[in-house]
Amino acid sequence: MMADPSNATRPRLSAILSGWTPQLVLVPTLVAALVYVVIFSLWTIWISVSKSTLLPNMAYGGFGEYAALWQSKRWIVSYQNLFLFGTLYVVGSLVTGTLLAILIDQRVRFESVWRTIFLYPLAISFIVTGTVWRWIFHPQTGVEKALHDIGWLSAQFDWITDRDMALYVVIFTGIWHSSGFAMALILAGLRSVDADLIKAAQIDGASMPRTYRKVVLPTIWPIFVAVTVVLLQFAIKTYDLVVALTQGGPGVATTVPAIVVYDLMFQRGQIAQGAAAAVMILVALALVLVPYAIWSGIRAKREAAHHG
Amino acid sequence: MADTTHQSFDPLATGSRARQTRSRSIVYLLLGLFALLYLSPLVIIFMNAFRPLEEIVREGFISLPNMLSATYWVEAWSTFCIGGTCEGVSRYFSNTLLMTVPATILSTAIGLVNGYALSKWRFKGDTWVFGLITLGVFMPAQMTLLPWAFVLGKIGLSNTIAGLVLVHTVQGISFTTLFCRNYFLAVPDDLIKAARIDGAGFWRIFRRIMLPLSPPILIVCVIWQFTGIWNEFLFGTVFTSGSNQPITSAIVAFSGSGTGERHYNVEAASVIFAALPPLFIYVIGGKYFVRGLTSGAVK
Amino acid sequence: MSSLLIQNLKKSYGAVEVLKDINLEAESGEFVALVGPSGCGKSTLLSIIAGLESVTSGEVLIEDRVVNDDAPKDRDIAMVFQSYALYPTMTVRQNMTFGMECRNIDKATQAETVDRVAALLQIEPLLDRKPGQLSGGQRQRVAMGRALVRDPKLFLFDEPLSNLDAKLRVEMRSEIKKLHQRMGRTTVYVTHDQIEAMTLATRIAVMHKGVLQQYDTPDMIYNQPANMFVAGFMGSPNMNFFKATIVDGDVGLAVRLDGSDGPALPLGAEQAATVSAGQAVVFGVRPEHFSPAHEQRAERKGRVTVPVPVTVDMDEPTGAETILMARVAGQDAILVCEPEEAPKPGETMDFAIDMAKASLFDAATERRL
Repeated sequence: MMADPSNATRPRLSAILSGWTPQLVLVPTLVAALVYVVIFSLWTIWISVSKSTLLPNMAYGGFGEYAALWQSKRWIVSYQNLFLFGTLYVVGSLVTGTLLAILIDQRVRFESVWRTIFLYPLAISFIVTGTVWRWIFHPQTGVEKALHDIGWLSAQFDWITDRDMALYVVIFTGIWHSSGFAMALILAGLRSVDADLIKAAQIDGASMPRTYRKVVLPTIWPIFVAVTVVLLQFAIKTYDLVVALTQGGPGVATTVPAIVVYDLMFQRGQIAQGAAAAVMILVALALVLVPYAIWSGIRAKREAAHHG
Repeated sequence: MADTTHQSFDPLATGSRARQTRSRSIVYLLLGLFALLYLSPLVIIFMNAFRPLEEIVREGFISLPNMLSATYWVEAWSTFCIGGTCEGVSRYFSNTLLMTVPATILSTAIGLVNGYALSKWRFKGDTWVFGLITLGVFMPAQMTLLPWAFVLGKIGLSNTIAGLVLVHTVQGISFTTLFCRNYFLAVPDDLIKAARIDGAGFWRIFRRIMLPLSPPILIVCVIWQFTGIWNEFLFGTVFTSGSNQPITSAIVAFSGSGTGERHYNVEAASVIFAALPPLFIYVIGGKYFVRGLTSGAVK
Repeated sequence: MSSLLIQNLKKSYGAVEVLKDINLEAESGEFVALVGPSGCGKSTLLSIIAGLESVTSGEVLIEDRVVNDDAPKDRDIAMVFQSYALYPTMTVRQNMTFGMECRNIDKATQAETVDRVAALLQIEPLLDRKPGQLSGGQRQRVAMGRALVRDPKLFLFDEPLSNLDAKLRVEMRSEIKKLHQRMGRTTVYVTHDQIEAMTLATRIAVMHKGVLQQYDTPDMIYNQPANMFVAGFMGSPNMNFFKATIVDGDVGLAVRLDGSDGPALPLGAEQAATVSAGQAVVFGVRPEHFSPAHEQRAERKGRVTVPVPVTVDMDEPTGAETILMARVAGQDAILVCEPEEAPKPGETMDFAIDMAKASLFDAATERRL
């Protein structure tokens, strides 16, 4: 707590300034955050209800662009894709990450090597990831070609060009990229569990899988919630991965909301509708983050009550 | 720290020798299979950057090379034609470097001071300030595209690297402030009190006490910002064009265009150029990064 | 000249008042102990003296100068923290010179002062180590050293010994006492340990719920506690509080324990002057002021003692003495006596109460009568 300098008896300018240093230091950031978070959001929201087309036109145009957006097949497909992608990507990353974390938790040799191998995709851009996996998945260059070359001529693996399967290629690649992140956090969680708890379970006669399922994993569930929220956020913002991997195709099979936003804003010159789509992304994020924030707040309060 | 200390009890080391061997084999087998899956793209792309084009076209990416040559790396770096200019990826590489390094340094430095001020100099309304700054972490880029385009135009930074530095710095401060504030919360308040009684002020305490304690979180911020900004694509694509674009946009430009002859080997080498710096940073500092990530970044 | 003067000090956080009208004065060279249970406001009071917390109303004066709005660095104080608060990235020497460095004292003087204080505290071999390489006791010494190099007007200690193990705590306690006697600097020492307060302080301030309960010498605090809180807080085992009534006895007013069927306990003249017959009181007797009746030790010293029958429920031998959980007139009591004199559990024996050292409290206000 700072001494309030405003009621100092003989205020010197330097003394006043030094008393306010922490606040002054934060002013630039505060201004930037205000502009970036508040003003930019309001601005985009206003554009979404304006008469803008190719160029911004700030006259009020009503909610027509939202209606048009929800009537476009492309947008509806992209929202459906987001749900499927988001669900499977998060679940897949969590399951893979948990499995890897448990395996590494078995006091394996060269632990840091294993961890580095599973975590390195996180350091690589979605663009690079998508490009490489496209080559691997593409029938002319990748797995199918290799299978043909070793003599299995009837082999078929063309998910990436298949309307019904292409989204699963995106999901797989997403999991490949992010499961290491889940692993790292879950592993840290596993390590924070009291070793006596595991000993007790062993003495109670629980098998290894049962020990993890019934004792260890349930105690670190808050980590799962946190990882889920972070991954859901990634999923909602997903753009680069799809652009590099499938460019939203074939057709609109793998389109996601972020791609629609870009197309509307910068390819089709429908700025207002693009802004409306961007607002919908914000809404989706809020649907995930607001409940999480409230839940965290309640938990923090409850914990404080426990200790205090 | 959680990721380096082994728990004092190893459940797999109990029971009969046979059971132990069996469980160990299963563990290593599974780890090996996963490692193969995680490493194969890296191996494949690296291999193909050395293979002649006709061989790749004939046999695909997944096959053992017959002939190796490093010329495709040179071509990718200096003469490869991307979007009409034939200067290779070197130009885009340096664009990205010129964007990433200043934005990383700026956002990390500002985040450190912010985190220190917010965690150790509590004042009325500080949680609101922190909350607002943290909201920036969650802002979807799509909400900011049009305003940024307008602002960058107004201040004359359209289609410049400096513009991208600004955008990434503003966005990055949210992350670095969040990381640093959470990290500095764990520094005992008594240290600050002792220093104030010793006669030190805001900046001296920062310089002499907080900065020497900062390396762990500094590494987290630098890795996070460097990899994040280096790998960023959307802002680069929207706010710059042509030869001012970062390397991610360049890769999409050549690999996404379905027309014309493909130069898979040169493209593979270019992709490696794009992946190398963040990978390098990560391999050097990854241990500290995981440590920091798990100790306070995600809370 | 008073070294520290606190006048009508109030401190609140929002609607919560944590310090209520504190008045305190320390003469130059005095050792003031602030004691009380956790949450009593003693640490807040210390922080206010240090300038780490602001004042809601009232005044703090150091050497007759109002320092309410002075930053900590301008108050010329030094402080030893419970957590020691040693700067982890600096060596012991740097920890000790940091304060002088902030005040632009020349390097030669810095080195000279550090050497002198290090010799005083016998920490010369530690000077080039980092705090992480020190044991708890060594850190404690370094924290004291950091305060001593400053030679300030006022030393502040915030529970400096509570992180040490029992044996080290006793050692450091006498060391602090020696240092204080040698330096003669005014000291304010916060502790929750009443033994520390009793052994170190020239005056003790007992605090409870933000109110200063009593500010007096250790002897007065112990033998004439101002109220039941002070009486109960100071002393271990706790003082016994018996419900009792004032009656007319054979030789004047006497106190009869509620539930007792024996004779009432006659009051001395001083005590009798403050009460009247029929008044409900709380009769406070410290465990060590009971003595086996056959011994009549107190009487030999010329004091009034009255035997009461004590029924022992349980005994706790500590070696030097035996603590008895017992009942007196049907009320729970704790007694301390010498091991060889202690009755066995289940036995009843007469004990004499040293009336001169007993206290009477008003049953309603809990104040001393």
